[in-house]
Amino acid sequence: MTHVLIVSAFMFFTGVCGFIIRRNMITILMSIELILNAVNINMVVFNKFLYPDQLQGQFFALFIVGIAAAEASVAIALIINIYRKLSSINVEQVNEMKY
Amino acid sequence: MNYSYTVLILLIPILVFLLTGLLGMKFKPIVSGIVGTVGLGIVFLLSWYTAWQYFFVGGQVNGEFEKIIAMSMHWIQFTDKLAIQIGILLDPISVMMLVVVSSVSFMVHIYSLGYMKGEKGFARFYAFLSLFTFSMLGLVVATNIFQMYIFWELVGVSSFLLIGFYYQKPSAVAASKKAFIVTRFADLGFLIGILLISFYTGTFDFQTLTGADHSIFESAASASFIGMSVMTWACLLIFMGGAGKSAMFPFHIWLPDAMEGPTPVSALIHAATMVVAGVYLVARMFPVFFFQAPDALEAIAYIGGFTSLFAAVIAVTQFDIKRVLAFSTLSQIGYMMLALGVSGYEGHEGVGYMASMFHLFTHAFFKALLFLGAGSIIHAVHSNVMQDMGGLRKYMPITHITFLIACLTIAGVPFLSAFFSKDEILVAAFEHNKFLFAVEYLVAGITAFYMFRLYFNIFWGKDRHYHHTPHEAPKVMTIPLMILAFGSIFAGYVPFTRLITADSRGFESHMDFAIAIPSVLIGLVGIGLAWILYKKENPLPDRIAAALGGFYKTVYNKFYIDELYLFITKKIIFNYISRPVAWFDRHIVDGTMNGIGWLTVTSSKKIKGLQSGYLPQYGMVFALAAVVLVLIFAYLIG
Amino acid sequence: MALNVLMFYLLSAVIVIFSVLTITSRRILRAAFFLLCVLVGTAGFYFMVDYQFMAGVQLVLYAGGIVVLIIFSILLTSHISYKFPQPEAGRLVMGLLVGIGGLVLSTMAIMKYAFKATENAALKVDMNAIGTQLLGTGKNGYALPFEVISILLLAAMIGAIIIAKKGR
Repeated sequence: MTHVLIVSAFMFFTGVCGFIIRRNMITILMSIELILNAVNINMVVFNKFLYPDQLQGQFFALFIVGIAAAEASVAIALIINIYRKLSSINVEQVNEMKY
Repeated sequence: MNYSYTVLILLIPILVFLLTGLLGMKFKPIVSGIVGTVGLGIVFLLSWYTAWQYFFVGGQVNGEFEKIIAMSMHWIQFTDKLAIQIGILLDPISVMMLVVVSSVSFMVHIYSLGYMKGEKGFARFYAFLSLFTFSMLGLVVATNIFQMYIFWELVGVSSFLLIGFYYQKPSAVAASKKAFIVTRFADLGFLIGILLISFYTGTFDFQTLTGADHSIFESAASASFIGMSVMTWACLLIFMGGAGKSAMFPFHIWLPDAMEGPTPVSALIHAATMVVAGVYLVARMFPVFFFQAPDALEAIAYIGGFTSLFAAVIAVTQFDIKRVLAFSTLSQIGYMMLALGVSGYEGHEGVGYMASMFHLFTHAFFKALLFLGAGSIIHAVHSNVMQDMGGLRKYMPITHITFLIACLTIAGVPFLSAFFSKDEILVAAFEHNKFLFAVEYLVAGITAFYMFRLYFNIFWGKDRHYHHTPHEAPKVMTIPLMILAFGSIFAGYVPFTRLITADSRGFESHMDFAIAIPSVLIGLVGIGLAWILYKKENPLPDRIAAALGGFYKTVYNKFYIDELYLFITKKIIFNYISRPVAWFDRHIVDGTMNGIGWLTVTSSKKIKGLQSGYLPQYGMVFALAAVVLVLIFAYLIG
Repeated sequence: MALNVLMFYLLSAVIVIFSVLTITSRRILRAAFFLLCVLVGTAGFYFMVDYQFMAGVQLVLYAGGIVVLIIFSILLTSHISYKFPQPEAGRLVMGLLVGIGGLVLSTMAIMKYAFKATENAALKVDMNAIGTQLLGTGKNGYALPFEVISILLLAAMIGAIIIAKKGR
């Protein structure tokens, strides 16, 4: 089981790296999806290997997927709005809430 | 014997000050004048009544006049044992001073109704006069040395306000600053002296300090500092405060410049009352000086003698009549200090103390008369200097006669008041220290000489053509002159030796002809010299002055003491002490403060980059922080 | 090697390689495609552990919904053939640092921890069990979260419509 956990950890940190490195807002969104997926795998694995008599992990993973969908749609809406205003989806240009 | 009405003597002047100061502008100026004069009149009557009660009705108890506390009020509590009271102490010298201060002040109030008429700030003048009277009265009736110090400072403030009355004249402002700074500097010594004495004896109270029980000074007897005992230091420091206020050398520099104030102010403050505060202080603390620090008394005598000679010599050369009178005051106060310095304590040995107080009493009258007379002359001629005057005896008869009476008094002519008081001083000096006696004898002659130089130059000499004929002063100004002349003549007949002495017991005294006759003779010699040189106008004085050349010039410039002080302050203190301190303050102290500000601003500029609004940076910081926290938890706790 | 293990390594390789490719690809549409592959790999993984419902949900929602949404937004907002510039060195270093640091940390944590499995009997995971528990109100019932998430989805829909509306 630990091998799976290592894989999911790798995916998680890959997503974090992508979140930090990437400049396009949509690619950042994709990295977030990677992170969420890694968490999902973790939930399912724990459920299957540690607590096979319960279904908590699966339901949790289910809800995470649902929430991810909602969040992605709102994010896309925001991105489209920003694109209309700035004609670019470079995240470095969205920095007006600063000092 | 109930003396609680004496509290009115203090309350009335301060009330008048508040009334005229706050409300004086709303009424016509003359109203403030009337209020001030009436208030002072009441105080005058109360003081004389108190004196009569104290000396003649109450009289001596067990052979001595006892000190009576008429009223005492607890004011500040410093520690369990140390507290400051404010109260009224009645004893021979304080009652005498009450009479002196209230009489002269009352005369000045009446006189100013005429002299200051039409001046801007008439109400302000009367307010300040009342403030001054209040402060001086509080000083003389102080029950403890701290109260005296408080009123001492108040007197200094009133003097500052009054000297600088014509505040638009730069010379007046400079003079008032000079007076205040010099006296304040001397008060530093006074304060240290007070602290020393109260530290060793544990009390501020005069009754305890000057009482018969000397055990409170035991703890001080063994302490010493650079060879002199602590008590000598304390008494010398207290005398330093008195020397500043009484303009003893080297603190005398403020008194001639203080003549910038209006003439009634000079009469009240700088002739009769404030400048004798130093003498009064030494007299008040006399038992302490005599028993604990006799060396300090010697020093006082020498300083007094030197000042009187110094001032008399300068007075011979001055042309401004008020300055001549100022130096004359310095000289007479020198006499008083010397008399205190050579005094003993018991019975007839205390003749110096008695003589000093006696001379204070008579001096108040004739010096105030001289100044007020000078005021009426200045009022008539509109100038201060002798060269603009001459032959005034034809135009101003009353002023002439009263001024002549005062000059005769100060010269020591027999049967006028100062003859008696000055002689007692000479007797005391003769018995104690022949050298000082010789100095004072010489000064008596010089005094007669310069006073009559002044007199002849004003009222005789060349008849000048005046722009408009000088007229005699109005009645409101001449009546005080006449009253004061009356006082000058008859004040000598008060039986001082029975009333006011060092040990509060009286002693009988008699005329000592061996001293009296030579002093009258030297007075007549001085008058004669002045007659020859000044009665008719002639070139003789100028030729003598030219012959004396450099010496004359030095004396005329008051021995360049002012220039010396200015040099010391500007070149030495400013350059070597003030400038480094100012540099330190500006660069290091302020620099630190500015530096802290600069540091805050710069560091905040650097830190604000964290709030860049840049999303990935936020994410990175978040992830980094999470990793670090996990590490910390894992390794510290796990 | 058993087929199990082989399958596992294959799927892991897919996941790992494609996720790295997603974040380092320089063309945006390719990144989206690599994301799709990762999601499919994850679904395959779910199939491997017998969680068919989960796998189905993953495929339908993630692969079929979200990736399509992403591709639509790419088409709406940028040039398809736009080539990204290289990320600047500073950020690259920081990102790698964080990522690799975290990875090492979690790996060490995982290896050190002794995972203890429960001894209860395994539950049969089939649609019946999932359904009753999802909508049940008993001890392990998830009816409340179900309702809440449906409201959340409603709110998300309304919010997305309002945000993306053309302004007046």
